[in-house]
Amino acid sequence: MDETVAEYIRRTVLKIPRDEIKAMLQKWGFLSESQLQTINFHQIKENISQEVVQLCEENSADIKQAAVLDIIYNHIYPNKRVWSVYQMNKTAEETEFFDLTDFKKKFKRRLRSALKNITINFREYEDNAIWIRIAWGTPYTKPNQYKTSYVVYHSQTPYVFISASVLKSNLPLLCQALVLASNYHDIREMELRSHSLNSLKDIVFKRYSQNFQTHYPRPLQERNVAPENADLRIIQENRSEKERIQRVNREVFGDGPQPKLEFAQYRLETMFKSDPKMDVLDKKEPFRCLVKFSSPHLLESLKSLAPAGMADAPLSPLLTCIPQKARNYFKIREKKGVFPESFVSP
Amino acid sequence: HLATSLPLPSERDHLRPRIDLIAFMIDIKSKYSLKNVEASLDHVDASFFLGKVCFLVTGVGRVNNCSVDMNAIWKLGEVYCSPVLFCELELEGIRVATAQRLLRMLQICAGHIPGVSALSFGSLMRNSADD
Repeated sequence: MDETVAEYIRRTVLKIPRDEIKAMLQKWGFLSESQLQTINFHQIKENISQEVVQLCEENSADIKQAAVLDIIYNHIYPNKRVWSVYQMNKTAEETEFFDLTDFKKKFKRRLRSALKNITINFREYEDNAIWIRIAWGTPYTKPNQYKTSYVVYHSQTPYVFISASVLKSNLPLLCQALVLASNYHDIREMELRSHSLNSLKDIVFKRYSQNFQTHYPRPLQERNVAPENADLRIIQENRSEKERIQRVNREVFGDGPQPKLEFAQYRLETMFKSDPKMDVLDKKEPFRCLVKFSSPHLLESLKSLAPAGMADAPLSPLLTCIPQKARNYFKIREKKGVFPESFVSP
Repeated sequence: HLATSLPLPSERDHLRPRIDLIAFMIDIKSKYSLKNVEASLDHVDASFFLGKVCFLVTGVGRVNNCSVDMNAIWKLGEVYCSPVLFCELELEGIRVATAQRLLRMLQICAGHIPGVSALSFGSLMRNSADD
């Protein structure tokens, strides 16, 4: 067995939390059950990984099999990577039947024709998700197994989730191969990024609880407000305002858990508005400014701002439109017209 | 009665008992909190400032997150002739002790302690703070 493969397997096993190693190796299925019985999973990880490598040596593992273990690890722990969402579109009206074998063949062929040194692995999962792992090389060097790109493609949708890694230069080639293999015409980046792959899927597949526009005011729903205030001696003077905030918040954010995003970024290219007498920035150029919100769970924290008394309800639509618009990176320009207000550009 | 700001909503006027003590809570982590209190003070009748108002500054345990200028708070106490109390709500011991202090002050302000009036107590607190 190649020593680079051995080292790669060793390092991959070291990444796995000790209690999960056995389950993951079983999922991998490369080592037999009897071989797994011989490993002591209660020793330190360093030693476990050595034993695993030994067994892989016996079975003559190659890089393709090692790559499968890596895919399994990333499928269970996708949140260690940053994912971007891309949308493909085609002008053809009829929906063509998706052929997996054809997709894989075309994808590999396109990439291999541009780059000989490349490792490509596919793995399909039950929710129609196709996971693709690509290790990139150059015309002169073997593929670097530690600098991999991951692609998750749900074949019934036009959406692709890409975790590109450092080698951004290979991104155009990757996009091209995807479009070709899936019979679409082009692909665009959606300005939606997060560590949480499932949350990104929730947003684009509209699986989160959405707000519903009410055409008539609902009667005040007491059930959420009452339990906090068990002591009847405490009287809330601003109860009606508190209830209004809860209602508005619920209308905007819905009832369920929010998708998990870590950032929202607004690139402002708007004019600086000051007192005309101050005559600041008389060049009348847009005032370039970047506003970035970051949080372990951005949407939940936005949802809790108004009830916590830290912001007025309703919040700015620039913040609340994030799940509906399926983006968290925005460019805001001046609206040209009679009323100079900013608007969000596509 | 808890309120987020003053003036109090007028629709509840008929349900409200006499107000004996107003405690303005300032969260040391929030500049907005101080601004809110300053704006609310304008709606308080002058007679309350004869010992029936106090400022309660919370969050003092977390010195790193202090966003409010302490001088501004001292100034507030001086200008409005009212005592400034400090506490940390996250610690149960301090929370209970502070509640007991406020309760004591409330008893005096409501006239339940014979021989001590709100005004005399207020000036007592002020003089000891200056020392």
